[in-house]
Amino acid sequence: MSFEGPEGARAEALSPDAAAPVGTEAPEGGSSGREGEPQPEPPPVYRGADLLVEVLKEEGAEMLFGIPGGATINFYDALYNSGIPYVLARHEQGAIHAADGYARISGKVPVVTGTSGPGSTNLMTGIANAWFDSVPMVIIAGQVSTSVMGTDAFQESPIFSMTMGITKHNYQLMRGEDMPRVVKESFYLARTGRKGPVLIELPKDMTSNEIPYRKPVEMQLRAYNPKPKIDRALVEKVKRDLARAKRPVIVAGAGIVHAGASELLRAFVEKARVPVVHTLLGLGTLPSDHPLSLGMGGMHGTVWANMALHECDFLLNIGSRFDDRLTGALEHFAPRARIAHVDIDEAELGKVIAEDYPIHGDAREALEILLDGAVDPSPSEEWLAYLESLRREYPLWYRTDRPYLQPQRVVQIASELASDDVIVVTDVGQHQMWVAQFFRFRRPGRFVTSGGLGAMGFGLPAAIGAQIADRDALVLAFVGDGGFQMTVQELILLREYDLPVKVLLFNNNSLGMVRQWQELFYEERYSATLFNIQPDFMRLADAYGVVGRRVKTEEEARAVLEEAFRTRAPYLIEFVIDPMANVLPMVPPGNGVHEMEGVKPQ
Amino acid sequence: MKQLLALKVNDHPGVLHRITGLFLRRGFNIATITVGACEEPGVSRMTILLEVADERVKDQVRKQLAKQVDVLEVEDLTERDAVTRELCLVRVEAPLKMRSDLQSLIQPFRAQLIDVGFETVVVEVTGSPAKIDALLDLLRPFGVLEIVRTGLAALPRERQTGNGRAALKEGRGVEV
Repeated sequence: MSFEGPEGARAEALSPDAAAPVGTEAPEGGSSGREGEPQPEPPPVYRGADLLVEVLKEEGAEMLFGIPGGATINFYDALYNSGIPYVLARHEQGAIHAADGYARISGKVPVVTGTSGPGSTNLMTGIANAWFDSVPMVIIAGQVSTSVMGTDAFQESPIFSMTMGITKHNYQLMRGEDMPRVVKESFYLARTGRKGPVLIELPKDMTSNEIPYRKPVEMQLRAYNPKPKIDRALVEKVKRDLARAKRPVIVAGAGIVHAGASELLRAFVEKARVPVVHTLLGLGTLPSDHPLSLGMGGMHGTVWANMALHECDFLLNIGSRFDDRLTGALEHFAPRARIAHVDIDEAELGKVIAEDYPIHGDAREALEILLDGAVDPSPSEEWLAYLESLRREYPLWYRTDRPYLQPQRVVQIASELASDDVIVVTDVGQHQMWVAQFFRFRRPGRFVTSGGLGAMGFGLPAAIGAQIADRDALVLAFVGDGGFQMTVQELILLREYDLPVKVLLFNNNSLGMVRQWQELFYEERYSATLFNIQPDFMRLADAYGVVGRRVKTEEEARAVLEEAFRTRAPYLIEFVIDPMANVLPMVPPGNGVHEMEGVKPQ
Repeated sequence: MKQLLALKVNDHPGVLHRITGLFLRRGFNIATITVGACEEPGVSRMTILLEVADERVKDQVRKQLAKQVDVLEVEDLTERDAVTRELCLVRVEAPLKMRSDLQSLIQPFRAQLIDVGFETVVVEVTGSPAKIDALLDLLRPFGVLEIVRTGLAALPRERQTGNGRAALKEGRGVEV
């Protein structure tokens, strides 16, 4: 359904009970005109909430996540017969992280709603998360009516100014007639250029007032250019210089995933014989077992990836923003390399590193140019052999001298048993890094994690969104006992929406990553990181109607994972892991990436 | 170092907040900022004078501004030849017997008295910040009671092709 023209369309576009047609009469006064004189047809008029639903449909909004409230009740009323499915979360943070997971797997733009005041402030973490990881979504934040805005009315918060710094753009919708344009622009901004969250602040009267609707809608984005013209000559120069480099390396970031350019990356590096360091969000752009994949670089990267960063003479960064978790201390980052950087966001060029080849453009376009014509392999076989020798000498390792289940081993077993199209979701913390280190990613775009913001509580709801986006896939949600308890209430959605997500809970009875830092850098002063008492997670599983299993040994781990993977039911599997297991190796804060600790068992 | 920027922005509520919020977040230090209508309906012009650490920050400021959806144009006037003006109002203690001294002092600055009382006067002056600073220094001995400055407004000059003397002869690009 869509609006085809101003007249007659209304009856067809809106379900009969959703809107009372009120637009056929001319507005009072003024335009009633004299007999016989042709009058311009007045635009049809809709209740704001119905109009909003219709323009959302026109933009292809297929999935909505949120919780209703007083300020958005008219909108939910209009949704009643709209056919747009919504996911009713139990907390707005759960709703928006679910939308985030949905967006990353489906490639679509979900809509997230929260009511005014607390509903919207509860969305803030999720908005910031989408902003940091460039995830497209449109957020509709309810607001009190314009007549009382600014009076500290019940459930009012200044969400427009509060979200300015964590959205790609935001709108305060103060005139009903702007609604179609604003919605259209929001979707366009969210899904083009550097993707991201766009928020519309929607005062309640915008949904109850009658709004005239005129089509077509002109967007007013005159300076916005999502398709920068890439400097072709500069990319060609990068190609030539990369081929001459003796120790070249490519850093593959999430920009490649967003551009859907993983296949091009693979084709290029295979021809050019250049090894690839992945960022956390760039994992999977090459399969983990690809001979040219060095795994993840940075704070918890592999030794060979970090030495590649440190010793390279030419570094080509495609679609990563040189986050400090990747670079370590900047004075030691790629000190001998000329640096080329491809980014869709011009402001990322020169922000952290003064590049020698700043390339403003899309990752796909850059890779197409790199692949155009013959690709000379760089004379780097010696370099590859060196990195391979590091891989053999300093493999990732975990402790085998303790009578506890080692979490890394669980990740390995899960990776081994999972199908190729598995979707891996993590929360934030130690388990996230263990997954990044030990899971073998086989397909691009199937790893969902909170990279830039590091938002604990992300994992379970994001897995829910991911499973909604791909109902047939095996979805694994790796969570720690800390982050899991931040959004644990969303477990009920697994039952409610029939989502067979497997939640792999790594329980070390602590906020593990902070505990690890306290162990290593604060003389084992475990201030506020140990949980003295925990809920019974198995009874929790029972309460939420998911299958619960507690696992303490490797054998149990394998058996339970096998069982869970072949059963179409949601599982909560609690792995009681070594409480002192650490994420190693690591680059201590302030060090260069070549100065790693814990590269070998003590 | 200083950076002088001329922006064209959408004349929407919240745009100034968006720009200053960006500066705050990124730690860019605003010296002065002025906003007003310009030749285009629905568009405002902002003139921003910043204190920046180095060329890279300068470049970063420009890019961060340019990526804002509400920012239509960013022009860096720092290196360009531009006319800049600031308006300053200053209330000075000026007993009647000092008035003529004051008058003769401010005249070369093309400043004028725009409010006259028994004890104080208000002086209005426009010009470059340096000129205003100079006048304020001269006024201080009288007793400066209140100062208000608008911050810079700036426009690039017409491009000058020939040498300065030729431009002068033809009356092009001359600050008057």
